Amino acid sequence: MDIQLTDEQRQVRDLCRDFSEQELRPNARRWDEEHHFPREAVQKLAEMGLMGVAVPPEWGGAGMDSVAYAVAMEEISRGCAGTGVIMSVSNSLYCDPILKYGTAEQKREFLTPFARGEKLGCFALTEPMSGSDAAEMRTLAVARGDEYVLSGTKNFITNGPQADVVLVFAMTDRAKGHKGITAFLVPAETKGFTRGKPDQKVGIRASGSCSIFFEDCAVPKSCRLGQEGEGFKIAMSTLDGGRIGIASQALGIARAAYEEAVAYAKERRAFGKPIATFQAIQFMVADMATEIDAARLLTWRAATLKDKGVRFSAEAAMAKLYASEMAERVTSKGIQIHGGYGYIKEFDAERHWRDSRITQIYEGTSEIQRIVISSTLLKD
Amino acid sequence: MDFELSDLEAQVVATARAVARDVVAPAAREGDRSGKFPAEILRTLASAGLLAVNVPEALGGAGAGPVAYVLALMEIAAADCAVAVTMAVTNMVGEIIARYGTREQAERCCPKLASAEWLAGAFALSEPGAGSDSAGMATRAARRGARWLLNGEKQWVTSGDRAGVLVTWAKTDAGAGTKGITAFLVDASTPGLVVGRHEQKMGIRASSTVSLSFQDCELPDSAVLGQAGGGFRVAMSALDGGRTGIAAQATGTIRAALDASARYARDRTAFGQPIGEFQAIRFMLADMRTEHDAARLLTLRAAALKGQGLAFSREASMAKLFASEAAQRAVSKAVQIHGGYGYTDAFPVERYFRDARVQTIYEGTSEIQRLVIARDLLR
Repeated sequence: MDIQLTDEQRQVRDLCRDFSEQELRPNARRWDEEHHFPREAVQKLAEMGLMGVAVPPEWGGAGMDSVAYAVAMEEISRGCAGTGVIMSVSNSLYCDPILKYGTAEQKREFLTPFARGEKLGCFALTEPMSGSDAAEMRTLAVARGDEYVLSGTKNFITNGPQADVVLVFAMTDRAKGHKGITAFLVPAETKGFTRGKPDQKVGIRASGSCSIFFEDCAVPKSCRLGQEGEGFKIAMSTLDGGRIGIASQALGIARAAYEEAVAYAKERRAFGKPIATFQAIQFMVADMATEIDAARLLTWRAATLKDKGVRFSAEAAMAKLYASEMAERVTSKGIQIHGGYGYIKEFDAERHWRDSRITQIYEGTSEIQRIVISSTLLKD
Repeated sequence: MDFELSDLEAQVVATARAVARDVVAPAAREGDRSGKFPAEILRTLASAGLLAVNVPEALGGAGAGPVAYVLALMEIAAADCAVAVTMAVTNMVGEIIARYGTREQAERCCPKLASAEWLAGAFALSEPGAGSDSAGMATRAARRGARWLLNGEKQWVTSGDRAGVLVTWAKTDAGAGTKGITAFLVDASTPGLVVGRHEQKMGIRASSTVSLSFQDCELPDSAVLGQAGGGFRVAMSALDGGRTGIAAQATGTIRAALDASARYARDRTAFGQPIGEFQAIRFMLADMRTEHDAARLLTLRAAALKGQGLAFSREASMAKLFASEAAQRAVSKAVQIHGGYGYTDAFPVERYFRDARVQTIYEGTSEIQRLVIARDLLR
């Protein structure tokens, strides 16, 4: 049984680790405070091929596998979790479905420049009144001549404030429920497309999210991704892959908290010796490291299955569920080890804790992951 | 990275699964009630190659490696933890003798352990006053001419009364700390080896746990396992391997608890539908499954590193810590899902609940695992 990274995967890890240490980590606190989108860093990610890691080179990507993607996501998120999610949305939620479901013409227009990082995409499924239950969406797309006309509102759209194109899901046949959902690629300059103010978020504040609005927004039929009624399937299979990205992001956040807590515990003295020599601290460190490793193995297993082309929904759900819940525990321990300093912005411990919280919510809440996992167990 | 089994590993798993289903599982309930040592089952395990999975073929073993070993143990443990722990100890004794023993020692002991000619092997490390702190042991081995004279008390010796050979540890140089500890092979027939009390345990009841005393046991030089003064290393190496075994046992326990619970959740109805339709139940199952898979992967990683000859001490401790703690949560959820029936012997989950409890204690408590992990990481 081989559970080791390949040489190529190791190279990706080292490259991303260096980049993260030099370009992301020193700036992450400021980006967080200012809610600042790190345009220059994203540009550099693009130059490294990280906005389309698993996209083949013929479509502008780096042509690597899902394990390399997971490794890269962990390292980037270790430096800045907000930058991590910008990258994750581009890779998992935007490029991946177009690669899988797009026509050659769509790939030329909507994939290549995005995998290269010249343009930025986003994924718009959630609505004000429809989150986990996507079949309840209200956004409509009505066929009219050679066009579809979209109307409705999408919510919490990561990369929404900056996106050049939106992969959006809308009802083409409400009577069919989730089988009436269709996917569309809508360029941001389309008439009738507008964005709301960026959301004020608890964490991952280097990334932007906002509501987006479609008011009689007409796109040519060539902007439909996949077939009519295929949207739900596209969304769900996209989210399976996305969960590997978020699990990796959670891992990166947890590792940041862990590494900084270990460094602090070795430096900080109490009762005449470094606090790292007390069992109370040692045991927290041991639990943090063990849970991080468990999460990483679950994540890499899901990525390995994805690369083999076999079904990996339950495995991705387990990785995402465990890694995200783990990240909250680990980042909380990170604060605890820092004591009062953990609660103030002089250290990054508090940011990691805030950053971790979203990973249990987006791309399927922990509750949705548990439903996915248990449904495989309860089949006769 | 492929997470895939080799053909040989897959074959060992299939064999273990069949033996678990056909031989081990049907006897588990009665074994728990009677506390009777599973001698016949051990002979079946031996004929299937499961008592020396990671012992070289030349010494009568299966030569299938540590990954095959932990996978086989998961299968047996899912059927009966008492058989699994007995199997685990015999496997580790054979492995340690194959690794640290002289050729003569290995050729004398390993085939008998593999074939169940000796029903079991045993480790005698813990003492009444020294558990986690094994360097605090009081057992002494003193030179008497060309021989060693062994005196002391050992505690919690799994299969101690059934073993053909015991690996034990004694201080041969009281002033040298851990460097004054030597490992010995003690044949069951050695005069002065006295089996003491049989412990009455809350779980893994068909396994045998005894105290032992060495009363002027005379041992030849050829009984020294490894180097004189090198016993601590032998013990730590045995424990590292042993921890992957207990991690595997705990992982098997989680699977048994999960399978029983999923079955019950499909069959049992309440408020007009199977209880598996309620999120309260489903979410427990989802958490059990997720932790099972995490425990399994941590265990496989430690075993894979061991198989590659790489350091795996920290990884073994992580696997053992995580799997044994996750097992506590899983068996408790399993009892909860079964409601009142879970508290009775109408279902096997109450046995799982009792069997699992020792897993956070033996082969190094959870506290010791955390120390091993933290010391490695905080160096």
